[in-house]
Amino acid sequence: MAASSRAQVLSLYRSLLKESRAFPSYNYRTYALRRVRDAFRENRSVKDPQALELLLNKARDSLAIIQRQVLLTPAEQEHGHSRHTIQRSVLSRSLSLSLSLPFPSLLLLSPGSL
Amino acid sequence: MMSRSVTRKLLGSIRGVSTSARLNCPGAPASAPAAQRGRELIKSRELEKDELRPLYMDFQATTPMDPRVLDAMLPYQVNYYGNPHSRTHAYGWESETAMEKARKQVADLIGADPREIVFTSGATESNNMSIKGVARFYKARKKHVITTQTEHKCVLDSCRVLESEGFDVTYMPVKSNGLIDLQQLVETIRPDTSLVSVMTVNNEIGVKQPIKEIGTICRSKNVFFHTDAAQAVGKIPINVSELKVDLMSISGHKIYGPKGVGALFVRRRPRVRIEPLQSGGGQERGLRSGTVPTPLAVGLGAACELAQQEMEQVFLLGGKTCKAKLTKQKLFICYDHARVSMLATRLVQKIMTEIPDVVMNGDPDQRYPGCINLSFAYVEGESLLMALKDVALSSGSACTSASLEPSYVLRAIGTDEDLAHSSIRFGIGRFTTEEEVDYTAEKCIQQVRRLREMSPLWEMVQEGIDLKSIKWTQH
Repeated sequence: MAASSRAQVLSLYRSLLKESRAFPSYNYRTYALRRVRDAFRENRSVKDPQALELLLNKARDSLAIIQRQVLLTPAEQEHGHSRHTIQRSVLSRSLSLSLSLPFPSLLLLSPGSL
Repeated sequence: MMSRSVTRKLLGSIRGVSTSARLNCPGAPASAPAAQRGRELIKSRELEKDELRPLYMDFQATTPMDPRVLDAMLPYQVNYYGNPHSRTHAYGWESETAMEKARKQVADLIGADPREIVFTSGATESNNMSIKGVARFYKARKKHVITTQTEHKCVLDSCRVLESEGFDVTYMPVKSNGLIDLQQLVETIRPDTSLVSVMTVNNEIGVKQPIKEIGTICRSKNVFFHTDAAQAVGKIPINVSELKVDLMSISGHKIYGPKGVGALFVRRRPRVRIEPLQSGGGQERGLRSGTVPTPLAVGLGAACELAQQEMEQVFLLGGKTCKAKLTKQKLFICYDHARVSMLATRLVQKIMTEIPDVVMNGDPDQRYPGCINLSFAYVEGESLLMALKDVALSSGSACTSASLEPSYVLRAIGTDEDLAHSSIRFGIGRFTTEEEVDYTAEKCIQQVRRLREMSPLWEMVQEGIDLKSIKWTQH
């Protein structure tokens, strides 16, 4: 039981991070990644099964929210932030990839991990 | 999934009108042949590659909506579109349930009863309602209103309207650190004072007024106390019973909620009577008639609930876990606040250690850390803003940026004219990252140095001439 729930938690964590990386907006993406990491970190020592269930449900809801929001905000050509040169080169690479597609696929356009 | 033309239109609307260098119109007709469409798409992308969107560092002007708030609002924009005041069918009932739930969420954040919350169209309307409403209701026997010189323009303008109606308004001055003098307030209150209005956190310099003490004074003198908490709600803990506040204005788009909605807290025990500004079907307890925009209200409620959750969580700062609770004590730490303080200290320290002659306006302790107003001596504010064109900043508040006058708030705290002209406001919020802060600091330092190199005043200061002693002659 403990092993499966640990696997559950880890897989939830991984999917949350994966979905968060798909946010086109730099600010939302960085916030989602940071918040997910910090939330899992702060609750890592929770043992009570009821509290754990509550937290896991909240995580699953958050996962659904992130999935919906990522689909909603289209792949806007949002450039220009702190790491200008780094982001520019990453974006130019991914742009050249997506230019050949009829429709900018969100899945391909994942502008760099943090 | 969305069609290409819809995508392009959405892209166009999202991009908005940021620069004039945009040659390709994104709204090209969808009926163009496929090859041409393909070429247009490529062309607009190429242009876009060179144009970079600025960093957003203006969280006092407005905040981006939290994705969780948008998620809560969507069903009410699309499916559950009933009028919450329709009592006869399911559309109305479900809309009303959502509205009442949102009301409870807002009330919980400030420690009020849900029946004391009135949804409005924003903090400006709430301010107008409370100031004009209270003053006019009690005008038979009470004709005096007190406010400060650093209030938001809507408060000052409402007071000006009251003056023309025959009321006596005192605009209390503030000390040089931006806080009001409590002793002076006690002396200013007269037997015929009906209302005192002081904002909790100033939107230009970020100072936090001693609301609890002011509340106690007003309670003891039987005067109503209104506070504009638009910048404070959700960022610092607020409990209206503790702070002894009778009226409080809340703004949706300052706490990562939607634009176009706000709320007004109107105390019931002891009852505060208001003459309504907007007449109609008697919605919102007769205080604000008009259909409550359910999706916006739901968004405001969700934003308030999020702010509350962030305030009650355990957080992690540099490896150390600290427990945080919204207790009765003033000392508290919460995820957002800790992060914003950390980023603010980082920004200020970076800038102030690298360049001399930088002044932070407002009290250094009694402030909300996310609003930093710095004055750079011997540099012109507008030129610095334009030099920092890839960071979205403001000098002075958004409402006064159209005029060429220096900000009245800075003038009220006694800054010199030249320093007031060269002040920039940095806003840090939930979504700001360390990289953005570092980039802003570096760019700022670089540009200030460059502008100072060009400045003859700076040369004179370097040579040791005291600028105040110069007699500027006319030609």
